[in-house]
Amino acid sequence: MKSHEEILEILKTKFGEAIIGMMEDTKNDPTIIVDSTKILEVMQFLYDDENLSFDSLMNLSGVDDANGEKVKDEAENEIIKGGTLSVYYHLYSMRIKHKITIRTSVPRENPELESVENIWKTADWHEREAYDMYGIIFKNHPNLIRILMPYDWEAGYPLRKDYKNPEYYKGMKVPY
Amino acid sequence: MGLLDKEFAESNIVITKAEDLMNWARLSSLWQLGFGLACCAIEMMATSASHYDFDRFGVIPRPSPRQADIIIISGTVTLKMATRIKRLYEQMPDPKYIISMGSCANCGGPYWEHGYHVLKGIDRVIPVDVYVPGCPPRPEALLEGLLKLQEKIRHESMVKKTV
Repeated sequence: MKSHEEILEILKTKFGEAIIGMMEDTKNDPTIIVDSTKILEVMQFLYDDENLSFDSLMNLSGVDDANGEKVKDEAENEIIKGGTLSVYYHLYSMRIKHKITIRTSVPRENPELESVENIWKTADWHEREAYDMYGIIFKNHPNLIRILMPYDWEAGYPLRKDYKNPEYYKGMKVPY
Repeated sequence: MGLLDKEFAESNIVITKAEDLMNWARLSSLWQLGFGLACCAIEMMATSASHYDFDRFGVIPRPSPRQADIIIISGTVTLKMATRIKRLYEQMPDPKYIISMGSCANCGGPYWEHGYHVLKGIDRVIPVDVYVPGCPPRPEALLEGLLKLQEKIRHESMVKKTV
């Protein structure tokens, strides 16, 4: 069983610059921040390594950090430009019984990162949900389509902070 | 029941209006489409089970819309589901009736403001005969809704348009 400091040390010696840091506040589980371009290698290592052996992805979720600049578009709607969207991975090792949270951030204008579906099959639907709700694109995902919203939903990604609900969907009025 | 109050001419012969007979037959065997959506569906199933016994009103679930007279919209209707419900409704043969069960089906319920995915009332898609309020309604409330629907069917007419 490894503490989060030990896990951070192991990752830092293996990946160096790709491990950006650790978020430690009392409210959340300790979270290691990873460069999004290296996420697949880091996750594969966390799964494979003898001393870490994270065999279970408990949860994967998207987050809109809303840390960009708030501007008005042509239609006077407030939208967010720049900033990041994040993906959180909650990992647990059934064998060693330790856990860690991994965070990675992608730019809002181009939210792309590698899928971890090859490592944990759990990620399949979780990544589809993050795609559905936040528009985060997981490269090499086998079936990246909407999972909750209708397949032909064109109004955008509902859990983004600057999302605007449409007036109509297929002739049905949406607002109350 | 309205039907048997009429005159007996001979033994074993009941004289009644064809309209009354049709309505009585219809309201006494409302076959329900076996269809549930959310927590209201749990109450609907409880209503079907032995304690409340929907069957005593002639309500039995049918697995096909082709054999159903009534559809109970029991739960939150998402926009995605609304298109499917419309199709199910269109597949049912006439005459067909709709009970909207619970706040979600009536008007969107707790999702009325922030429910980006919820249809704010099933009556935006298909015509509703009886609204049953509650979140979710108790089985007694659903039974009351069914009795109201039976009352409505009892006063239908084959020649006059009913309101």
